[in-house]
Amino acid sequence: MEEEAKTKPRTAGPYLCCVCNQRRAALKRPKTLEQVCRECFYEVFEEEIHRVIVENQLFKPGERIAIGASGGKDSTVLAYVLSTLNRRHHYGLDLFLLSVDEGITGYRDDSLETVKRNEIQYGLPLKVVSYKDLYGWTMDEIVKMIGLKNNCTFCGVFRRQALDRGAAMLKVDKVATGHNADDIAETVLLNILRGDIARLGRCTAITTGIYSPNAYRGFAREFIKDLERIRPRAILDIIKSGEDFRISTSTKMPEQGTCERCGYISSQKWCKACVLLEGLNRGLPKLGIGRTRGLNNDRKDAKGNNAAKSIESKQCGTLDF
Amino acid sequence: MLFLQCSGGLELLCDSVKIHKVNVEQQKGVEKLTMKDLLTWVRTNLIKERPEMFMKGDTVRPGVLVLVNDCDWELSGLLNTTLEENDVVVFISTLHGG
Repeated sequence: MEEEAKTKPRTAGPYLCCVCNQRRAALKRPKTLEQVCRECFYEVFEEEIHRVIVENQLFKPGERIAIGASGGKDSTVLAYVLSTLNRRHHYGLDLFLLSVDEGITGYRDDSLETVKRNEIQYGLPLKVVSYKDLYGWTMDEIVKMIGLKNNCTFCGVFRRQALDRGAAMLKVDKVATGHNADDIAETVLLNILRGDIARLGRCTAITTGIYSPNAYRGFAREFIKDLERIRPRAILDIIKSGEDFRISTSTKMPEQGTCERCGYISSQKWCKACVLLEGLNRGLPKLGIGRTRGLNNDRKDAKGNNAAKSIESKQCGTLDF
Repeated sequence: MLFLQCSGGLELLCDSVKIHKVNVEQQKGVEKLTMKDLLTWVRTNLIKERPEMFMKGDTVRPGVLVLVNDCDWELSGLLNTTLEENDVVVFISTLHGG
């Protein structure tokens, strides 16, 4: 054993890439357990994405597409891959970067710098929408008003709409976001745990115009990564189980309508962002947080009361499809 | 001398410093330093807060990628990977969002 260890090559892994059989493998793909080198990984990864785009007819020539850009690794990869494939395979897309500035001092500075670098590197025009411009409140101001508890609800709800409104300003046809397999598997699990069958069906479908917060602290994520260590394909299997979920036809599903106040999609009279904003502007920041709290001491506003009662607050960092 | 790099949020656990040049003393009678030794050393000497964000049991927390000289440590033997002078070890957390 000792002898064997000494003869191992040092600069990279001891195995050859199973695609090119020439270079040394640099990673093991959790999806296939294949050992591949850096160059072949890029090639296989990009062509897999191209195939998914083509097979699902995600884009049409001439479409305007916004790329939700947080400055993190996932959206940076997305910006790179989409602009590369658009050029390589002549999709004929007009691509834009769309970023949200929540107005949290010191938080977005680094990542907005990264997004600006992406703008130059990939030659994509950048649009930044801020909570302050859209809602009249920065996250810093919201936290000052409501404290640290529950502020994730505001941030998550506002971010979803901010991307939507930014997309409308850019007049794009679709928005692409960099959700990875971990994110989606986590969403499937959380929707099962919450018994949210309406979202279960929707959350794995390839759709456009879907956004989410990206701070994950829940147990679901840790559980998923533990599972992955035991069985690397577990994450993709969970996604598959979400895709295959069937709802009995006799089950009544909530209908999706639009918010009476701002026109955003909502299954309630008012969308959650409007309920939260109303609370902030009236100095009742607890409005829309929790199940039954809200306008209990102000019964005159029946509409607001209904909305506040019927909307449950979601755990911080859950993807909301 | 080893070069360590922490990123993806892990640098926050070591005073926001991403790149570390370190000398890890080997135990007497042991010929080669392994990743197992290095992890123990990092946990004691480099991580300033919340070590549970970095390690779970005797290895890294699931979701933390480890590269030894640009190669996934799964291919070099995980904790048994042996290290040599001037090796570069990179830790990247994938748990802090995209």
